[in-house]
This record gives sequence, C-alpha cells and structure tokens, in this order.
Amino acid sequence: MTRTRLLSVLLLCLFAAVTANAQTDEAAIERRLAKLSHELRCLQCQNQTLADSPAGLAEDLRREIRVQMRAGKTDEEIVAFLTARYGDFILYKPRVTPATYLLWFGPFVILLLGLFVLFRYIRQRRDSITEQPLTDDDRRRAKELLAASRKETA
Amino acid sequence: MVRYLIPLGLFLVLVVFLAIGLRRDPDTKLPSALLNKPAPAFSLPQLKDPTKTFSSDEMRGKVWLLNVWASWCVGCRDEHGWLLEYERSGVVPIYGLNYKDKNEDAVAWLEELGDPYVLSAVDLDGRVAIDYGVYGAPETYLIDQNGTIRFKQVGPLSPDVWSTKVLPLVQELNRQGTTK
Repeated sequence: MTRTRLLSVLLLCLFAAVTANAQTDEAAIERRLAKLSHELRCLQCQNQTLADSPAGLAEDLRREIRVQMRAGKTDEEIVAFLTARYGDFILYKPRVTPATYLLWFGPFVILLLGLFVLFRYIRQRRDSITEQPLTDDDRRRAKELLAASRKETA
Repeated sequence: MVRYLIPLGLFLVLVVFLAIGLRRDPDTKLPSALLNKPAPAFSLPQLKDPTKTFSSDEMRGKVWLLNVWASWCVGCRDEHGWLLEYERSGVVPIYGLNYKDKNEDAVAWLEELGDPYVLSAVDLDGRVAIDYGVYGAPETYLIDQNGTIRFKQVGPLSPDVWSTKVLPLVQELNRQGTTK
C-alpha cells in the first residue's frame, strides 16, 4: 500500500518536472522567436518585420521557425534556411557583401570627405589672413585716443 | 553670385532624383535565391484525386512549369486565360501547386475557368511553398531535365514574359536535352 502510494507520488513529481521543463522550453522558444523575427523581413509587406506582420506568409514562417527551434536548430541555421529560399532580402540588417559595401561604408566615406573639405577650408582661411603689425604711427594715434578718452572720463 | 547658385544647383539635382524615384514603379520583386539551384523535392496529394500523390521526382528528365496558384489569388485570375493558351500551344507541361486553398474552391475554380494543368498538387499549409521561396502567388518556376530551376516569374506570367523569356529557354533546354 505505502509502496504504491510512494510510487504514485514519485511519478507525479516526475510528471510535474517534465511538464515544467517543457513549459520553460516553450517560453524560451517564444523569446528566441520574438528576437529573431524582429531581424527578419516579411516579404508580403516589405516594410514590416516578421514579428510585426499579420500576413499569412509571416504566420507560416513564424510557425516554421518554431518547428525548427523545437528541433534544436540554432538561429544561424534558421537564418541560413531562410536566406537559401528567400535571399538576403529577408534580413532586415543587410549582410556585408560587395553589393552592400556602399550601403555600409558610404556614410563613413562621405564623413571623411566632409572632414577633408572642412580642414582644407579652415587652412585656406587661416592662410588668407595676413599679419599686419602696428606701425609707429598707429601706436602714436592709439596713445592719443586713449589720452583723450581718459581726459573725457575724468 | 556663384556661391548662391551652388545650393540651388544641388537642390535641382535632388529634385530630379526625387522625381525619378517617385515616378518609378516600386519594384517589390526579388531575384529568386533558388535560380539555377535544384528545385526542392516534394510529394503532395493531387487536387482532383487526393488519394494519389504527385512527387516532383516523377518529372526527372522533363522540362516543366510549376505554377503556384490559389482561388483567392487575384493575380491568378488575370493569369489564368494566358495559362490556358500556353497549355494549348503544347510547348511545355504546366503543373499546378495549389497554395493554401480550400479544395472545393480550387476545384470549382478549375471547373469554371478551365484547367490548364496536367495536375495540381495541394500545398494546404504552404510548407512546400516556403521551400520554394514563394512570397506572393502567382509564381511560376521553369524546371529543367535535371530538376534545376532555370527561371522564376513572380506575378502573372504575361504573354510578353512568355515569348521573351520562357519560350526561348524551353526551346534551348529541349535542344540540349535531345543532343545529349
């Protein structure tokens, strides 16, 4: 009697542990899916991510990603699976390839170009300012003016 | 004077670029990642006789078209009359992939408008379509004797695309096939 009771309690514990484990697994998959699908494009409505889109295809793709995650695929493997079928366009963050060099590095090239032009401009301005030292005549006039103003304020 | 003309000139350049950009048809069509790659294998029940399956392996050694369609798809209706014409010309067999459709709707559609397909395979949950990178029906794939995708059309297969792209390619593939 006590033995069967003990056994059933043990079984119950085991069952609870397994379901709890499955639940945390599912929660982890949903978290991974949420993160990954924000980096993927919905191809039916191309300005939305896979996470935001209610389109039928987006739903199918999310389901497919879930299935693959449950099968133990890594994010990289899933992304490779999708790009093999839909191309790099499905990635919201474009890959660094020769075709996207301009996209990735263009702004920095323009920044460097701007800095170069600015530097040149500043140098040119500095060079165009010629030093004009005061002559003896100027000094005499300055002294006179100072003396005059002192007299006025006094 | 010139220094005031420079910003004006830049502005005009910007206007020209925007004018071109706004007038252009936003090209949402993507190059297929599967072009010149093996067509994904599938085995699916047939639309008109669900007890039978159709497997893509059966098409080895043949040039064929796989047309993704659905009764809910507006572009497919535009395309349908053309497909019937292509079928009548007998240039290349057309197989259908009925995409996420209700079976009775799909059958009714073919009865109403005519059936250009040798047969249609039923992709109820769209899983095979994912393998083919389908993102908007209608889509059409030209598959060669070795099971390689040689051409993909997103959107209706218009007579223009048919005569300039599909027809020459089919003829070339058939020529290569017979000389081999």
